Amino acid sequence: MATDETKVGEWPLWEVFTQPPGGRPHEHAGSVHAPDAEIALQNARDAYTRRGEAVSVWVVPTARITASTPSDAGPFFDPGNDKAYRHPQFYKTPRGVKVF
Amino acid sequence: MSAPLFELLLRLGDDRLVLGHRNSEWCGHGPILEEDIALANIALDLVGQSQLFLELAGTIEGQGRDADNLAYWRDESQFRNLQMVELPRGDFAFTLVRQLLFAAWSHHYLDALAKGRRPDLAGIAAKAFKENRYHFRHASQWVIRLGDGTEESHARAQAALDELWPWTGEFFYRDETDQVLAGDGLAPEPETIHEPWLALVTDVLTRATLVPPTGPMRMVGGRRGRHTEHLGHMLAEMQIVARSHPGASW
Repeated sequence: MATDETKVGEWPLWEVFTQPPGGRPHEHAGSVHAPDAEIALQNARDAYTRRGEAVSVWVVPTARITASTPSDAGPFFDPGNDKAYRHPQFYKTPRGVKVF
Repeated sequence: MSAPLFELLLRLGDDRLVLGHRNSEWCGHGPILEEDIALANIALDLVGQSQLFLELAGTIEGQGRDADNLAYWRDESQFRNLQMVELPRGDFAFTLVRQLLFAAWSHHYLDALAKGRRPDLAGIAAKAFKENRYHFRHASQWVIRLGDGTEESHARAQAALDELWPWTGEFFYRDETDQVLAGDGLAPEPETIHEPWLALVTDVLTRATLVPPTGPMRMVGGRRGRHTEHLGHMLAEMQIVARSHPGASW
């Protein structure tokens, strides 16, 4: 569960996601402090898009992000690793189909 | 060489060189890291625009002076910037209110300039217009938050507006330079920018619960090389390194 851990005298923290040119998904770029969404967006643009790395920016209050914990890693992710029958790897890709 | 065009390019370049320098004085002193970056970014944008305008000025003049030469080797009376931009940076409210007033004026002035008949000048104006839209957005959002903020932020923002407003008359100063260039379709008549600027600024100030003061505008002179007591000190700091090592490169 997310908790609001804003310290007194400090602006809330926001996580920044930028989309590189080429239509690929947004990636986490870092974080900024800001009093509200509009200023967060501007701060993210100033801090993380200076070198032409982005065509789109998302900002999300850190407190709204729910994340798995390191201790979750075992039960969450290990079972997927040893079940080859879940992976579509027994098909031959037809010629001319682009594989990403 | 076209003397009026050279004059205009100095005015445009000097405005941005001086304002860029004043904004850069926040670097390392911002109220919060993100604003330190924001103001430094804006300063870099302005200096970059200045470089383009001054470089073209040197080309028009045709005496071998480039942007660096014009920036670092002219004296105070040869600068053609508005007096408003040479005032010391003041507190955060002062810087942001000044940025708002200047960016609102630039928005309409550059828009008109970008429609002028010289492609090189119009091209620089179009590029600067795009950057200036962001400066306006940044400044207006901050002025709204400061004005419609705490008691202290409102008081500081109103004090900044009270001090800056009388300097804005110079935006619409007009002389033979403007007359010739407007006649040639290269630049707008300054007075045509007045109404749109006022509308844009009033919209932001209203949302910020700030009120422009009444009273006369200050005497002007920047466009003719007459400046306040502040510009000389600023240029001394700005030019000392270049003048101490003439011709140096790195």
